Amino acid sequence: MAGLAEQVLTQVRTLPGGRLARRTARVRNGPLVVGVLLVGALVVLGLAGPLVVGTAGLQLGGAEFRVPPSAAHPLGTDTTGRDVLTFLLHAIIPSLVIGLIAGGAGTLTGTALGLLTGYLRGPVDTVVRTAADIAMTIPSLAVLVVISAFVRTTSIELMALIVALFSWPYPTRAIRAQTLALREQVFVQLAKLSGRSEVAIAFLELLPNLLPYIMAGFVGAVNGGILASVGLQLLGLGPRHVPTLGLMLEEAFNAGALIRGLWWWWAPPTVVLAVLFLGLFLISMGLDEIANPRLRRQRIGGAP
Amino acid sequence: MGLTPGYIARRLLLYVLIIWVTASLNFIIPRFAPGDPMATMIGRMEQQGARVENSAAIIAEYRRMFGLDDPLWLQYVKYLGNLLRLEFGYSIANFPARAMTIVARGLPWTIGLLTFTTVLSFVLGVVLGALMAWPRSPGVVRRLVPVAMVLAAIPYYLKALILLYFFAFTWAIFPSFGTEQIGRVARGFTLERIGEVIYYSTLPALSILLSSVGGWALGMRGMMVTTLGQDYLMLAEAKGLHPARVFVWYGMRNAILPQVTSLAIALGHIVSGAVIVELLFSYPGVGYRLYQAITSNDYPVIQAVTFILVVSVATAVLLIDLLYPRLDPRISYARR
Repeated sequence: MAGLAEQVLTQVRTLPGGRLARRTARVRNGPLVVGVLLVGALVVLGLAGPLVVGTAGLQLGGAEFRVPPSAAHPLGTDTTGRDVLTFLLHAIIPSLVIGLIAGGAGTLTGTALGLLTGYLRGPVDTVVRTAADIAMTIPSLAVLVVISAFVRTTSIELMALIVALFSWPYPTRAIRAQTLALREQVFVQLAKLSGRSEVAIAFLELLPNLLPYIMAGFVGAVNGGILASVGLQLLGLGPRHVPTLGLMLEEAFNAGALIRGLWWWWAPPTVVLAVLFLGLFLISMGLDEIANPRLRRQRIGGAP
Repeated sequence: MGLTPGYIARRLLLYVLIIWVTASLNFIIPRFAPGDPMATMIGRMEQQGARVENSAAIIAEYRRMFGLDDPLWLQYVKYLGNLLRLEFGYSIANFPARAMTIVARGLPWTIGLLTFTTVLSFVLGVVLGALMAWPRSPGVVRRLVPVAMVLAAIPYYLKALILLYFFAFTWAIFPSFGTEQIGRVARGFTLERIGEVIYYSTLPALSILLSSVGGWALGMRGMMVTTLGQDYLMLAEAKGLHPARVFVWYGMRNAILPQVTSLAIALGHIVSGAVIVELLFSYPGVGYRLYQAITSNDYPVIQAVTFILVVSVATAVLLIDLLYPRLDPRISYARR
C-alpha cells in the first residue's frame, strides 16, 4: 500500500500542476474538519439531549397549545401541546439512523457490486452497469412514492431499506471505476502471479485501497438517504409513531405553522436539518479530496 | 468520432429499458404489497357508490380493464398495452376524470417550472463557477465559494419553507398557495394571465434556483481550475490573446462539457426535489397532484404521475446524451 501511495504521489508531482501540489503538501482539510464538527455536535445533542429533557414533553396535550418560546418551553409548544425542544432532541437520532441504514445498505451493496464487476468484468459487469444507469436516471422519489403508498411504512427501519433501493448506484459506479484503474497496478499482477484467487485479490488486495472512496460514497449515501426520507415524510409517507425531523416538518407544515406564524415549530427542525445536510456535504467533499489527489490540486489552484 | 449507430442503438435500448423497468415496478409493487390495494381500490369505489352514479358500471369497467380474473402474465401484457396508449384508468378521488387527464393538466406547469429553473440555474451557475476559478476575477467573486457550498448543500424543500415564511407570511409579497386562485385566472396568453403565472411561480422557482446555482457553480469551478492548468491555456495567454477570449473560448468552452454530463445525471434529482417544492407551495404541477393522490389513496393517479415523470426525465436524458457527441467530438463511444 505504501508503494502505491508513493507511486501516486510521484505521478501527481510530475503532472503539469505538480509544483503547486508540492508547495502546499500539508493540506489543511477544512471541509472535513468543519463537517465532522457540525455532524458531531448534532450527534452529541441527539444522544445527550433526550436524557436532559426527559420524555414528558412528548405527551399529546401535555402543555398549553401553541405557546411561544418561554422559560418553561424554550422552543414553545406545537398545536397538540407537545414541547418542541423535547420533540426536536428526540428526533435527531432516529433521523440519523434512517440515513445510516439507507446509506450503509447502499454502500455495502455498491461496494460489493462495484468491486466484483470492476475486477471480473464480463457479462455480469454489463448487466450491473446497465442496472445502475437505469436506477440513476429514474427520479427515485417517484418510485419510492409508489412503494411507500402501497407498503404503508410503519417503522424507520423499513423506510430506510426502501430508500436504500436507490442508494447503491453511485457507490457502485465510483468503486467500479476505481477498481478498473487499480487492477492494472503492479501489486495486483504480483498477487495474481503468486496464485491468489480472483475473489481474494478483489477483497484483500483491492478493497483496502478503495477505503477512502468507500467512505466518501458512504457519507454521500447517508446524505441522500436522509434527503429522500424527509421528502417522503413531507408527502405523508413515513412512520408516524417515531419522532423524526421529517415527521416534525410534515406535522408543522400541515398544521399551517408557516402561515400562522408559529416559527418556533417549523424553524428548529429546518435549522437542524440544514446543519446536518451541510455537515454531511462538507464531510463527503473533504473525503473526496483525500481519495482523489487531483481534486486537492484543483482546490489549491482555485484559491491562490 | 461523434454519433455512431452503435452508440445511438445502445442509448435507445437504455431508454426503452428505463421505461420498461418503471412500468414493471408499477405493475409488480401493488400486486405484491400487503393488504391487496386492488380490493381496497374497488372497496373505495363502492363506498363512494352512494355519491357516484353508475358505480357498479365503473367497477365492472375496472375489473375488465385490469382483467382481475385473468392470469398474471395476461394482466401484465394488457397493462403494458394500456401504457402504450397512456391509459391509466379513472381517478378515484376525482371521478369521472381519467388519471391521465389530471396528469396532463399539471404537466405544463411542471415542465414550465423545471425548464425555466434548470436552464437559468445551469447558465448562471456555469458562468459564476467559471468566474470563481478565474484568477483575474474580483476577490468578491472568488470568496463566494462558501456561499455556493451552503446553497448547494441545503435541499430545495428547506429553502422553500424559509422563503414561504418570509415572502408569503412575514412580508406577504407572494402567495402561500396557488391552486385555488389559479383556477379563476383567465385562460389564454393575455398579459394578465402571464402576470398571474409569474406571481404564483416565483417562490417555487426561487427555491429550486438557489440550490441548483450553487451546485453547478461548484462543479464548474472544479472543472475550470483543471482546464486553466492546461498547457494550451498558457500558450493562448502567451500569444497575447485578449483575456476575455481566453476565458470564454479556451477555458469555459472546455470546462463546460463535463457539466452537461452532470446535468443528465442530475435531472432525476431535480425532478424529485421539484415534486416536494410543488407540494409546499401548492403549485398546480404534477408533484402537487401526486401529493393529493397520495392523501386520497388515488392509486391510478399515483401511477400515472410516476410513469409520466420517469418518461419525461428519460427523454430529456436521451436528448442530452444524443446531443453530447455533437458538443464534444473528442468523446469516443467505443466500449470501455
